[in-house]
Amino acid sequence: MAKPKSNFKNMVIALLGVTLVASASLGLVYDATKAPIAKAEMDKQTNAIAAVLPAFDKLGETYKMLPADGKDSIEIFPALDANNTEVGKAVKTYTNKGFSGYIEIMVGFDKQGSISGFKVLKHAETPGLGSKMDEWFSNAEKESQYIIGLTPGNSALKVKKDGGNIDAITAATISSRAFLDAINRANATANSQYIDGSSSATKKEDHKEQEPQIQ
Amino acid sequence: MNQWKNFSKGFIKENPVFVLLLGMCPTLGTTGSAINGLGMGLATTFVLLMSNIVVSLVKNLIPDKVRIPAFIVIIATFVTIVQMAMQAYAPALYESLGLFIPLIVVNCIILGRAEAFASKNTLVSSALDGLGIGLGFAFALTILGGVRELLGSGKIFNITIYPENYGMLLFILAPGAFIALGYIIALISKLNKQKA
Repeated sequence: MAKPKSNFKNMVIALLGVTLVASASLGLVYDATKAPIAKAEMDKQTNAIAAVLPAFDKLGETYKMLPADGKDSIEIFPALDANNTEVGKAVKTYTNKGFSGYIEIMVGFDKQGSISGFKVLKHAETPGLGSKMDEWFSNAEKESQYIIGLTPGNSALKVKKDGGNIDAITAATISSRAFLDAINRANATANSQYIDGSSSATKKEDHKEQEPQIQ
Repeated sequence: MNQWKNFSKGFIKENPVFVLLLGMCPTLGTTGSAINGLGMGLATTFVLLMSNIVVSLVKNLIPDKVRIPAFIVIIATFVTIVQMAMQAYAPALYESLGLFIPLIVVNCIILGRAEAFASKNTLVSSALDGLGIGLGFAFALTILGGVRELLGSGKIFNITIYPENYGMLLFILAPGAFIALGYIIALISKLNKQKA
């Protein structure tokens, strides 16, 4: 078959045909993948919540709160036991201060406002450096970098360089700062009831006497 | 014999990364680890194979003056399909490749093969060409990702070869991509010269 001439009519017909077929096939694929995509995202969120919280029976209604120092709200998933008493909450928090910008973290707090676990959901930090957030801050062998069990309360968590008492990831201080920034944002927003007034929260022994110094 | 050449030339003789030096942006950007390189390579292979097939099928229906926009639409369609499928069935890989998936659309390897090969050859040759060049690309990205991952963090496909502390961080970072790529290109050029 001879190639159609490049006149106006043929060009319009050819492009129209190509785009029509393209959009129709994309529509089909979109429909086919919509449910699996939503499921994959839901699964990820549910797994993250389960991973950061102590045992719970069901999740309460999700609500959103606007942090004092950010434009976007953070999502809070309260965890309830069988009697509908709150046993803790998972907080989907974020920071924009990462080495490559946005980082999203799911962090869990128990009843006393202590960190019960965390999981980095989204980040673009340097592989091999800032990307080690998950393992680094949950390394139970190194007390000065293990943040699970800490109760941030009034005092924000800080890396040692900023006068705090948490070891930053080697060669990734900016990522570490950003990580703690996100945790602090979650704590300050979701646990505000523990911050004002007298809280029953207890700090871990080792961190008792070390007040953060501003440099 | 000729058809076999259409397929096999993509690996060494006309390897898109090491010899033709095409598609450098995803090559340097996604090869921080072997698995990312392989994922990116296979996604590109699929797009390349499908777009080559379709382009060679419609080559006689598209007027010359609008062939490039038509090819781009075809390529973009397959890229979007890959993106949605990956998001649905391989969300972890989708996240680590991120922006580079939609950028396959403007990967010059794909438009280059559509324009230079598929629009002039038969269906079978074009499919073999797409598959060969695509697998060559995947092969190159996996090698480069593997080298960088091994030198940088002591692992290949997340299997530890030596302790991470001894790794040269440089290779995980951007400059390492250039250095590793340079040495591999030198090696491949030497091999090609010896053969010729």
